[in-house]
Amino acid sequence: MSWLPKSPKARRRLTLIAAIAPVLALAAGLTLWGLRDSISFFYTPSQAVAAHPPAGRAVQLGGMVRMGSVAKHPDGRVEFVVADRTATSKVVFQGDLPDLFREGQGVVAVGAFRGDGIFEAKQVLAKHDEKYMPPDLAKALKAQGEWRGDGSTPDYAKAKPST
Amino acid sequence: MIAELGSFALILALAFAAAQTGLSAFARARRSSVLAAAGEGAALASFAGVAIAFACLIHAFVTSDFSVANVAQNSHTEKPMLYKVAGAWGSHEGSILLWCFILTGYGAAAATLGRGLPQGLKALMVSVQGALGTVFLAYTVFASNPLLRLASPPVEGHSLNPLLQDPALAIHPPFLYSGYVGMSVVFSLAVAALIEGRVDAAWARWVRPWALAAWSFLTVGITLGAFWAYYELGWGGWWFWDPVENASFMPWLIATALLHSAIVTEKRGALAGWTLFLALGAFTFSMLGAFLVRSGVLTSVHAFAVDPKRGVLLLIILGVTAGSAFSLFAWRAPKLSPGGVFAPISRESALVLNNILLAAATATVLLGTLYPLIRQAATGEAISVGPPYFNLTFAPLMAALAILLPAGPLLAWKRGDLRGVGQRLWVAALAAFGCGLLTYAFVSPKKALGALGVTIGAWLVLGAVAEVIERTRAFRVSPADSWRRLTGLPRGAWGMTLAHLGLGVFVLGACVELGWKGEAAEALPLGGSVNVAGYHLVLETVGPVDGPNFDAEQASIRITREGQPVCIAEPNRRFYPAGNQTVSGIAICYRGASHLYVVLGERRETTPDAQGRGGTPVWLVRAYWNPWASLIFLGPVIMALGGLTSLSDRRMRLGVARPRKDRRGDQPA
Repeated sequence: MSWLPKSPKARRRLTLIAAIAPVLALAAGLTLWGLRDSISFFYTPSQAVAAHPPAGRAVQLGGMVRMGSVAKHPDGRVEFVVADRTATSKVVFQGDLPDLFREGQGVVAVGAFRGDGIFEAKQVLAKHDEKYMPPDLAKALKAQGEWRGDGSTPDYAKAKPST
Repeated sequence: MIAELGSFALILALAFAAAQTGLSAFARARRSSVLAAAGEGAALASFAGVAIAFACLIHAFVTSDFSVANVAQNSHTEKPMLYKVAGAWGSHEGSILLWCFILTGYGAAAATLGRGLPQGLKALMVSVQGALGTVFLAYTVFASNPLLRLASPPVEGHSLNPLLQDPALAIHPPFLYSGYVGMSVVFSLAVAALIEGRVDAAWARWVRPWALAAWSFLTVGITLGAFWAYYELGWGGWWFWDPVENASFMPWLIATALLHSAIVTEKRGALAGWTLFLALGAFTFSMLGAFLVRSGVLTSVHAFAVDPKRGVLLLIILGVTAGSAFSLFAWRAPKLSPGGVFAPISRESALVLNNILLAAATATVLLGTLYPLIRQAATGEAISVGPPYFNLTFAPLMAALAILLPAGPLLAWKRGDLRGVGQRLWVAALAAFGCGLLTYAFVSPKKALGALGVTIGAWLVLGAVAEVIERTRAFRVSPADSWRRLTGLPRGAWGMTLAHLGLGVFVLGACVELGWKGEAAEALPLGGSVNVAGYHLVLETVGPVDGPNFDAEQASIRITREGQPVCIAEPNRRFYPAGNQTVSGIAICYRGASHLYVVLGERRETTPDAQGRGGTPVWLVRAYWNPWASLIFLGPVIMALGGLTSLSDRRMRLGVARPRKDRRGDQPA
């Protein structure tokens, strides 16, 4: 193989590059491909109204669970309203709510909006820790001036919806 | 009084750590063995100080001294004793104190055990370890002291988060931190070697036992965490690619790469720079993990003990420590000797490839974990990166690694022979392929990916067996001769085989579990039933049960298969009045290595119909069939055992000074 460099050092470097290059290409390719398809955007209800994500696109919806909005059906379906200051979204979820799910407290629902504007959650994340608030949610609430420290319930979440 | 004593001991420990740094650095500069001994003494004293402080904190928890703020926030008189003790490291302050305890403990161990090291290198190592101790102890004393008193103590504490009141999670932080912080010794040794400007086979041999010990602890710690998530969260899964999980997984990947590259440096003197880089990287990732977990910058479902304000301080510690170490690396590493030469097909190359794949995998995990932060900073959009990203990027890289793995140990150093490897492995390869094909054909023809996973898992297990057969020359020499060879194998070889076998067991478990798990969820009235994977579950009774610090509703679910009784599952839902939280206690029926996993959900009422009938209570019952799930947790335990076996190898023993001539003999010409 005359095209190989003569010195063993240079030869080793070439081998090393030959080994690294495909792995790097594979990793980079997979990363770009993966990041294209598996990121999901985080919205509060009012941001969701503004951004209007297409139906079926995986997103996360975060906000406060409005007091009195939780309806638990015997077939395992749960409906509740997630609210921020200016907007609300109705969420339906099939299954068991996490242990720390509470009315009037923060929640993040993972799923997609349906064509009729109802959010269908595949997963509902409350936190493990009483004092923990997901940072995206905390930030969104702070931006709206609704942050009053941990565990407090803003007024809009207290009001019972007229719907 | 005791808490004040602890605070005082903590401040003393900080002073001793600072003294340790100064004395040992001076010892190196003056080449004074007296100063070096003083530095080592300071390391021991610092450890003793932190140990006293830690004991005081545990005492405060055990005696429920609510005048200590940390105890008031995390403990409760009715909590069982185990969780009172575990509460000591359940909070931010307590866990950082545990971190310091282990850090100074490793420092003291390195000072005592490292007798075989050259004096200069050892003094520098003790000094760097002291500097790390100083930084973290200063953080503890000034920003996160767990022993602070409250002006007006409450009568009763807030109690520890019920999800943390679990045996696996009680011992999870000590193991995890022993792993994280164990990398600090490796880090200190690397910095010391960079300052000395000498990295050779002997250095690699000194690094290995510390890296092995830390890696084994980390393996057990991560496994405990995954097991906790599996049976405490009640989601039926064991790994969610959550930022907090990734934070513990990245140091593990780097440590694994380090263990392998250190072999090349030890045996062949090559890759010295890269080994140093990984040695620095392992502790950097540990600190990054601590920062990510504690600061709450990322959305995590498992975040505990979060404090964003102090997160900034941790970030500064991380930046300064890692920044200075890597600057030193950039300055000194190019001057290191390049080491031995090897052919493209050789053991060295196989280990290099292992490192490339592990490093690439770490990079993809890191990118996925930090991408939400990057995106937020760049565009202001809040996003999250889901498990599909990690499965897509991580799994193929690991699959490539696993496919190449069994060939590595059979290749010769310097110049290997692929045909020879093929001759030794074709039986294993054929058998593994057969396993996969059988799975594909008979178990479920639709699961091609699952069958591929089974093939890879079987390949790893059989490859490990083939490697032992090769080493003992079984079936080629007489059985007695083989037995003699088998018993004569060095522990290091056994350790490697066990670790690789454990990986195979894990891959088998993970792939079978992911490929063939079944799930059913239904709202059941009393007497109602649900089916999952051929099992028939009948909800028989639901009644109240009293726990030590909770009230529970416990179900009795009879499980049968084809009419034959299998077991009675008793999942419950616990209400902890102290924290006003409800937690589900799941039940697992073990069927060989497979699990039938049952969760009792909320109680609901059926809506009355037109005649006013109904209103009967129903319970949401979720059942998961997790085939071979035990192997997922058994595999890493075997890997950690492999690490410990390797650690017990004679070569690893610290303080056994090897003759000078021999040491030189290991170096490449």
